[in-house]
Amino acid sequence: MRLRTLVASAILLPALCAALFAPLLATLVGYDAGAVDLMQRYAPPSLAHPLGTDELGRDVAMRLAFGARVSLTVGIAAALAAASIGTAVGLVSGYAGGRVDAVLMRMTDAVLSLPVLPVLIVLAAVDPAKLGLPDADAAGLWRIVAIVAAFGWPKVARLVRAATLALRARDFVRAAEALGASPARIVLAHILPNCAAPILVATALAVGGTILFESVLSFLGLGIQPPLPSWGNMLTGAQETIWQAPWLALWPGLAILLTVAAINLAADDLQERLDPRR
Amino acid sequence: MIRHAGARALQGLLVLFAASFAIYMLLGLMPGDPIDLMASGNPNITPEDVQRLRELHGLDRPLAARYADWLFALLQGDLGYSRIFSKPILATVGPYLANTAWLMLASFVLALAIGLPLGLLAASRRGGWLDAAINGFAFVSAAVPTFWLGLLLIVLFAVVLGWLPASALPPPGADGFWARAQALILPVATLALVEAGEYARHMRAAASEALAQDWIRTARAKGASPSRVLWGHVLRNALIPVATVAALGFGGLFSGALVTETIFAYPGMGKLIYDAILASDFNLALACLLMAALLVIMANFAADLVYAALDPRIGFSRGGGDEP
Repeated sequence: MRLRTLVASAILLPALCAALFAPLLATLVGYDAGAVDLMQRYAPPSLAHPLGTDELGRDVAMRLAFGARVSLTVGIAAALAAASIGTAVGLVSGYAGGRVDAVLMRMTDAVLSLPVLPVLIVLAAVDPAKLGLPDADAAGLWRIVAIVAAFGWPKVARLVRAATLALRARDFVRAAEALGASPARIVLAHILPNCAAPILVATALAVGGTILFESVLSFLGLGIQPPLPSWGNMLTGAQETIWQAPWLALWPGLAILLTVAAINLAADDLQERLDPRR
Repeated sequence: MIRHAGARALQGLLVLFAASFAIYMLLGLMPGDPIDLMASGNPNITPEDVQRLRELHGLDRPLAARYADWLFALLQGDLGYSRIFSKPILATVGPYLANTAWLMLASFVLALAIGLPLGLLAASRRGGWLDAAINGFAFVSAAVPTFWLGLLLIVLFAVVLGWLPASALPPPGADGFWARAQALILPVATLALVEAGEYARHMRAAASEALAQDWIRTARAKGASPSRVLWGHVLRNALIPVATVAALGFGGLFSGALVTETIFAYPGMGKLIYDAILASDFNLALACLLMAALLVIMANFAADLVYAALDPRIGFSRGGGDEP
């Protein structure tokens, strides 16, 4: 096993385990992430609280584990959604060519070139009630997924389009065309399976990007709403507490940094393994 | 060249128009009607007054008609009034825009000054420990959340060491040049460090590609010193793709500036957009967002022209379907 793979899995496996088993962990140690204990505010790291407690006396380690649940769910779900949109756009654009391609690619360029953050802020501030959608806290998470996915697809679309263009000229696609296969069948049965490698890599890269977007939005108070912890919104309060408890600002950010770096590393690794030219 | 530039400019205008329409519709979907906000702050207001105010501001008409009015006024150079500042938009936005521009410019220059030499160095020592270290730096800077880097720098330099202020504005009373510059060190460093990694990564890739070319071997064979080859030949050729990437990354730089502004309480466009949206000041939010879009579109336009002008191999009749 290569060093890269080892490093990436050494970071990602614990993060995934924390996300999966956070409720189990909570029952094991006997308190959950929301348990407020005002007598224990800003407690330094100890055996009972390995990473200390925050401004409400909540256990930081436990909140990190529950935050992993939220941040990873949003990251993975949004990346999958973005990859689906991007793949569809890329396939159509690459195979259809001509005007369809020109319009789709200009749209992709436009989304890529927009300053993402201000637009994300506007989208996050939209009132779902005015769109006729339910305004529940549970919907908050999926709303963030939709918003982040709306900006994650162009990079995937470009990669898939490039792969489709290359495949379109290959003999097996020509043969299928000559045999009278419909465009839909050619794209879905012949081109899509051969695009699997770039799609996989682009999706992996998108997970890192979406986790970063979610964290910024939640940090600004427009993403995941407290008391549900996410790595981003755990840092919202940290700005006021840095004078009393500077260490509180450390852990959630470190979790984001390590997770995103490990995901990018894994994506690089995946790309090299899947590239038949190496 | 002129045809190409004209086509791109037209495209930019089209994107701007589409963006203005989309943003206008989205703002219409935000909670908090401005008149409701006004009414809730005034217990003596009557329903008739509310109705009158709504008609006065044209808020009783459909969204699409309001958009048409707004666009017509814009074409006459009128962006309307900001409700929270009670001033015309243009007079409100000016100083904030200048602040953001300074932050972006300083960070951009610093990021280039750090990133380009690092990328060049990494490419010239491929596989060595220096290359690995620079790669590591680029990797971390691609994964670090900007706001957290800002927080860390505040904790380190303002809380623990106490060398620099935690806010981007100089403390009241200390209004000299040095106090202002000192307050800007941390925000500029935050943004520059995040961007520098990206520039280093692109520079390394471009320089590696340039180093493998025949004309580098020719330059070496005719006796050019290694540093002359690197700083003269390789740098010049690698700069073209890097300049494009840097200009195309302008939107990212802008987003980064917004986040940095919030961390350091810096009165720039980020704070203005955020405040305008939270207070439902639609005119102001709309103008700010459009200016952001315009800036980015102009940067992309410039990148396109620079790219085309620098590299004679690039054709001007680039269509939609032929680029890989």
